[in-house]
Amino acid sequence: MDRLLTVRDLKIYFHILAGTVRAVDGVDFHIDQGETVGVVGESGCGKSVTAMALLQLIPMPPGELVGGTAEFEGMDLLRFGSDQIRKVRGNRISMIFQEPMTSLNPVFTIGNQIGEAIELHQGLNPRQAEEKAVEMLDLVGIPDPRRRVKEYPHQLSGGMRQRVMIGMALSCNPALLIADEPTTALDVTVQAQILELMLDLQKKINMSILMITHNLGVIAEVANRVIVMYCGKIVESADVHSIFHQPMHPYTRQLLASVPHLGVDQGRLQEIPGAVPNLYNLPPGCDFHPRCAEAAESCQRRRPELNAMKPGHWVACHRAAGRGA
Amino acid sequence: MSIHSASANTASHLAEAPYSPPRARFWGFEYIPAERQLLHSFLSNWLVLGALAMLILLVFIAVFAHWVAPVDPLEQTLKARLTPPIWNERGISPYYLGTDRLGRDVLSNIIYGLRISLLVGFFAVGISMIIGLTLGLTAGYKRGFWETFIMRAVDVQLSLPLIMVALCFMVIFGQGLWKMIIVLAIAGWAEYARTVRGTVLSIREKEYVESAHALGFGPWTIMVKYLLINSITPVLVLSAVQVPRVIILEATLSFLGLGVPVTTPSIGLAIARGYQVLFSGSWWASIFPGLALMLLVACINIVADWLRDALEPRSREQV
Repeated sequence: MDRLLTVRDLKIYFHILAGTVRAVDGVDFHIDQGETVGVVGESGCGKSVTAMALLQLIPMPPGELVGGTAEFEGMDLLRFGSDQIRKVRGNRISMIFQEPMTSLNPVFTIGNQIGEAIELHQGLNPRQAEEKAVEMLDLVGIPDPRRRVKEYPHQLSGGMRQRVMIGMALSCNPALLIADEPTTALDVTVQAQILELMLDLQKKINMSILMITHNLGVIAEVANRVIVMYCGKIVESADVHSIFHQPMHPYTRQLLASVPHLGVDQGRLQEIPGAVPNLYNLPPGCDFHPRCAEAAESCQRRRPELNAMKPGHWVACHRAAGRGA
Repeated sequence: MSIHSASANTASHLAEAPYSPPRARFWGFEYIPAERQLLHSFLSNWLVLGALAMLILLVFIAVFAHWVAPVDPLEQTLKARLTPPIWNERGISPYYLGTDRLGRDVLSNIIYGLRISLLVGFFAVGISMIIGLTLGLTAGYKRGFWETFIMRAVDVQLSLPLIMVALCFMVIFGQGLWKMIIVLAIAGWAEYARTVRGTVLSIREKEYVESAHALGFGPWTIMVKYLLINSITPVLVLSAVQVPRVIILEATLSFLGLGVPVTTPSIGLAIARGYQVLFSGSWWASIFPGLALMLLVACINIVADWLRDALEPRSREQV
């Protein structure tokens, strides 16, 4: 498979009154064509910031791009000027957001909104754009698209709005779709439909997906590879099978253990002790050691590097090396 | 393969229930669709209905003043000076509401004065709205130095007493109707800028704005189609309150001699002229213009209040 996106040593810091937050601190990953990469982690671990940085959607200031590159189709996304990056947004790389209820402009019809994105990137006239908007609504499974295209967002249910968002995001055949918790705000039954729809459309246009979520069930369902983030760094990265069956980082293992299982009497629900440390006051050594059951003395002194334990399975943990798998 | 050529039934197994539009029972209690709630709350309120009818009548009179007014408002008939209203035994037709010290017809002055009041009210508010919207919108969108600059200018503007600003302006540029409108417009832009910037700050954090950025829309599209259009409600509400305020201000400034030239028929001027003979028994020259001004402002206020309640249901609870 061809490499679509290569991110190297991405560093995004936020300068706020309390100090400097290292929201993303040296993240490396890549996405191949047609592949789905899942990013998991607790709230505030930098997964959304990583995604938004790719499209230069981080407000600067307070944000600062401290370093790194993001190579996409031979160019560095992070170094694009504002006109250049606008041609990429919604066109080569699209993004959908968590909250479908508020992701559409309430004062315009959905046809108008989809059409506007199409007009912008494909240079069609308004009438052709509306035709295409109808096609897109049909494609994302909205019944009676010709009538729906003239309706306002408040006339649609949450699931339908997320379909409209997907239709809008895919209207220009993007190479990469960034989905920032696309199903978190939806009913469980609708969640499955939306995921199925995304995977279905992905196959049709051979698009890659960067799926950001804290829902491990979603990851297991859709991802080929998984990146686990903690405190702005990648702690483990492997194919989806290895992550679920041979997790090597203690954080990944505790994350998996804290998922409640249906029909199994586990007694008390598992949790990870402690809380995510302050990002502007990180402990020395490994960020996870205060909460880690397996922490050794070396974990308090030296920050572990991301190392390949097996081909394609990267882990940042001093203790993982001895364990093998 | 392009997704656009895909067939229609991609996700037909996911199809949701067939769509049927909600049925409205307009006069019932069950359900009133959002787009009709405005009309409903309007029709159910006779006070507002009366005020609006009166307002329309006043606007009509003002627009067609040259046909409605019985005589030329500036014509001085010294023989008929200080004529009382028509129902007094000394009253003379066609001076239905009497005349002032120089024999000018009070009713005609009121009718032509309404025209000036409304002209000043709408143009001054319109101009200050355009200035304030532009500055507030760009301040809220751009942030940084531009925002600080604009908002400090707003603070300065709001701290200056209007009478003083008007006085300085009139001294430098002289009197005149359009100069008056410009003074009042300058006095009003700051409130618009502050209001719009506030709403823009809250709307820019909404997800649809974020998603507009992610779709690659340029700054102008986002400012106009996303931020401006969604902050129209508070602007409308503010305008409805500003128009009567500006009308009163015009009358006040004219009363003080800082407003329109004395050759312009204005309600403020008429009150000022009548005021000089008020205590010698000729009450009509001052009282009737005052009542007319009160009626106009009250009508606008009632309609504006209703509009604010209808557009912002929360303001009803906060009172």
